[in-house]
Amino acid sequence: MKFERTLAWKNLTRKTGRTAALILLAAFLSLSIFGGSIVVMSLRSGLKSYEARLGADIVVVPYEAQTKGTLESILLQGIPGFFYMDRSYYEKVAATEGVEQATPQFYLASTSAGCCSVPVQIIGFDPETDFIIKPWIRDSYAGDVGDGDILIGSSIEMPLSGYLTFYNTDCRVVGQLEQTGTGLDTAVYANMHTIRAMTQNAKSLGFQSFTDLDVGQAISSVMVKVEDGYGISEVTDDINIHVRHVEATQAKQMVSSIAGGLTSVIRIIGLLTAMIWVLALAILMIAFAMIAGERKKEFAVLRVMGASRNMLSRLLLGESAMISLIGSLLGAILAALIVFPFGNLIRSELELPYLLPNMGTVAALFVGSVLLSVLAGALTALWSALRISRSETGLILREGA
Amino acid sequence: MELKAEKITRQYFRKTKDSNVFLALHETDLLLKSGTLTEITGRSGSGKSTLLNVLAGLLTPTAGTVYWDGVDIYGLEDSERSRLRNASVGVIPQGQTGLHALTVLENVKLPCLMYGAPVSDEAALALLEQVGIVDLQNEYPSGLSGGELRRLAIARALIRKPGMILADEPTGDLDDENTREVLTLLRKQADLGAAVLLVTHEREAAAYANKVYRMNGGILEEAQS
Repeated sequence: MKFERTLAWKNLTRKTGRTAALILLAAFLSLSIFGGSIVVMSLRSGLKSYEARLGADIVVVPYEAQTKGTLESILLQGIPGFFYMDRSYYEKVAATEGVEQATPQFYLASTSAGCCSVPVQIIGFDPETDFIIKPWIRDSYAGDVGDGDILIGSSIEMPLSGYLTFYNTDCRVVGQLEQTGTGLDTAVYANMHTIRAMTQNAKSLGFQSFTDLDVGQAISSVMVKVEDGYGISEVTDDINIHVRHVEATQAKQMVSSIAGGLTSVIRIIGLLTAMIWVLALAILMIAFAMIAGERKKEFAVLRVMGASRNMLSRLLLGESAMISLIGSLLGAILAALIVFPFGNLIRSELELPYLLPNMGTVAALFVGSVLLSVLAGALTALWSALRISRSETGLILREGA
Repeated sequence: MELKAEKITRQYFRKTKDSNVFLALHETDLLLKSGTLTEITGRSGSGKSTLLNVLAGLLTPTAGTVYWDGVDIYGLEDSERSRLRNASVGVIPQGQTGLHALTVLENVKLPCLMYGAPVSDEAALALLEQVGIVDLQNEYPSGLSGGELRRLAIARALIRKPGMILADEPTGDLDDENTREVLTLLRKQADLGAAVLLVTHEREAAAYANKVYRMNGGILEEAQS
């Protein structure tokens, strides 16, 4: 085998143009499968994370917000937004039969003006009743979120000072939350007192959106958990019928509309990957067959020297394996360079939750993609290897090929 | 080493008016003995190279048997026959046969490396010296002339000190002086104990041969001296 390996390597390095072209083709195999797998897995885990972070059975927002689809923009794409209703709606929703838990949330968008460190979505929650944010916080922060404290999403860069200012309210950054792959990663979380203080300052600073707002009584949404034994759909309908000016939506519906979009995207990615594979494998197979045809005389000379048919097959397969290995590694590295740094861009373009798998899974996918591509690439030379090894050397020499 | 061919024939599929097969080699017997140089001459297309390839184990005969030192080579598995050829037979094929990925020196050492036989640069360089291309040891075949490539093939065939040498037009592309040198070299190999078969058009070659045959339309006949 050492002889075949050495000769295969010399053959490849002497024909740099031909080798480079074949390596490029082989690179497409792993680039498409590794890149495609990472994107598909990121979308799937993004959806799972979105479902987990949503954490409620029913989401209630003012009617205006629901028609604008503002909540989905906030949650999915991290586009800062706000909408308000009176706190009395929370009381009404909580009093609906079948509601086990209900908690209000308050949304505030900071600005790029001098009063704010960064323009982000700020989400206020009520520590007394919250069952959405607190379980998530517990994964990364053990303490309480007191007045003036904030937690930041994973995509927000932590300031060196440990303080961020929103509407001239200095807030101490007490922790950073785990990545979710959704718009929640670019949000900031505070308790109701803190966010109301910020909103009050915004009002004082003259921001028009808040001039008519009764800050102490305003809330943005109500998250609902339905009691066992009650149907989510029935409770949703009950809220929609009995509480006017709000729109209650089953969280499942919000997730399933995304899941529908996700299925289409995954299907397209799968189709593209399959097309690239079929094309690249076919071209590789034709290329190896043409090259083997051109090299008939060379193989005949090796036979004259005493190379066996198996040796020729191993030589050709060795060359294709080396090409496939180098190409597959390059392709997978290239895919990583595209998929990882541009994760946020992919998420915003697809408008779907996008959460990269953990490093262990990425490493396993990398190795798996490379191995599969090497195997497939090497096998494209099998037919040529068999054809060459079965030819009668005397006939090739006679043809003077 | 002794080579014995018994009743070997070889036909090719070729559509003509009367038949689908063409008999390139009529039933032939041949004996090549150690220490002798046998020359086969004849016109182009007469079947000389077909006979040489059958004798070299590179072209399965349609009928008949070829023995190398009593071993029926076509009865062996391909891997065994290839290994035996590598160890015992030096074949100089027609045409330009340098491997383009290797230097001249690497080309010459290649038969030894195939099955891990020991080889030194000195031994390969000595052969290159004998064929007059030692200065080209680091060149690639693409930089060599036709004659230089022929001499490379001769050196490569001799590197394993084979007991049998089968040379197909080894002096093609060579000038008179180099032709004489190559013929002298092959004669020397025969004198050292090898069985040498020389297929050639070279009139001068008969002077170096123990026996001369003429191939005519696939029929091998001993030439009149």
